[in-house]
Amino acid sequence: MSWKHIQTPITEDIAASLRVPDMVLLSGTIYTARDRAHKRIIEMAAGGEPLPVNPVGQVIYYAGPSPTPPGKPVGAVGPTTSYRMDPFTEGMLSLGFRAFIGKGKRSDEVKKLLASYGAVYFSTFGGAAAYLSKRVVSSSLIAFEEFGPEAIYRFEIKDFPVIVTNDMYGGDLYESALQQRP
Amino acid sequence: MKQRTIHTDVIREAIDRLLYRANFVLPPEVREIFSGMKENEPGEIARMTLSVLEENALIAKEESLPLCQDCGAVIIFLELGQQVCLEGGNINDEIQCAVGDAYKKYYLRKSIVGDPLQRENTGTNTPCFIHTDIVPGNSLAITAYLKGGGSENMSRLQMFRPTASIEEISDFIEHSVIEAGPNPCPPLFLGIGIGGTADTAMLNSKKAVLRDLSSGNPDPYYDELEKSLCHRLNRTMVGPLGMGGRSTVAKVFIKPAPTHIAILPVALNMNCHSLRYAREVL
Repeated sequence: MSWKHIQTPITEDIAASLRVPDMVLLSGTIYTARDRAHKRIIEMAAGGEPLPVNPVGQVIYYAGPSPTPPGKPVGAVGPTTSYRMDPFTEGMLSLGFRAFIGKGKRSDEVKKLLASYGAVYFSTFGGAAAYLSKRVVSSSLIAFEEFGPEAIYRFEIKDFPVIVTNDMYGGDLYESALQQRP
Repeated sequence: MKQRTIHTDVIREAIDRLLYRANFVLPPEVREIFSGMKENEPGEIARMTLSVLEENALIAKEESLPLCQDCGAVIIFLELGQQVCLEGGNINDEIQCAVGDAYKKYYLRKSIVGDPLQRENTGTNTPCFIHTDIVPGNSLAITAYLKGGGSENMSRLQMFRPTASIEEISDFIEHSVIEAGPNPCPPLFLGIGIGGTADTAMLNSKKAVLRDLSSGNPDPYYDELEKSLCHRLNRTMVGPLGMGGRSTVAKVFIKPAPTHIAILPVALNMNCHSLRYAREVL
């Protein structure tokens, strides 16, 4: 298998071209958001407040980096467990976000939403936070500084490795793994 | 045995060293385990994942970047010799200060909220959670153990009937590992507390993974059980990070304890691949 190179933002055509278990090197802009940032974005959207990012086609990275040490673009930054963001996923998709990077299983509801919105769920290497930080070229805090590690950061990434884990055709990397059971 | 005095300043310095080591230096035995697992993985993604984990450990050590962005809840185990006389500040307060200082100094993520429902980050990664055992002797052993939220969320406790068979218990363990799947970041260091009361079993499931990595269980009965569970769990095909493969569990550690005639608690600590702890004896 070889790596596909993809530039963000993610269009519907790009999402449609991805299938489990494609290995993808992502480059471009992505945004971090965890539990509290999701809750807040959904509340802001419901209240008609302007959002900190234009969501259309954007990629959310479920992650909260460690503090940036002097001389480095970012601290350690691996994915957090994605299922905690399941209740917010429909809201995020309806705003226009089209891809999510995390680790771990998604609900059946989220898998159906990926199909209906033409979106994709990638996982990356959980616990390989020092390794993944080397693929982040720059980071800037853009919203919710008061949330500490749960703030929203904009990352410019170069060849950030992800694996298509749930595609819009019902493909599921983790389910496929278990089917190999002897 | 002669009484010995240990100043809490010395303990603070030790906590600083231990937290540095635990956050940045993966025990070499863990890297060797990943390396061995690769030989046994036919799948490309599984082999690549294990290589990434090895490389992660190298980068973390060389560049002083934390192994994981989740620098954990800090759990401190003290084995305090009863011939030790502590001098200086209150030991618990001093340890909390040392944790806060280290998490600031080493650019480690602060992941602790002061109240479980109101959820305000304390900004210091404290409080840490301290467990103290009074032991014979005049030394103080300190273990700093880091536990990330993703794997802690997959902890399990099952109170079995005392007549439950070993097969029922093994089924529960296998089912729990499959159900957790990718979430606790396998290959797992699976700590199992069996017996005691519910709280003891949970605590023992944490203490269990702190056993010397190269050793088997000192009790042949449990050593055999650990090996058979490990074999069984590695047939689930959950694999590295749940993406499929034969490396679901790196090692199984069982810590049994005496228990009540009516109960049989079984507690699971699904420690992620990043087994982060360091120990020092003062």
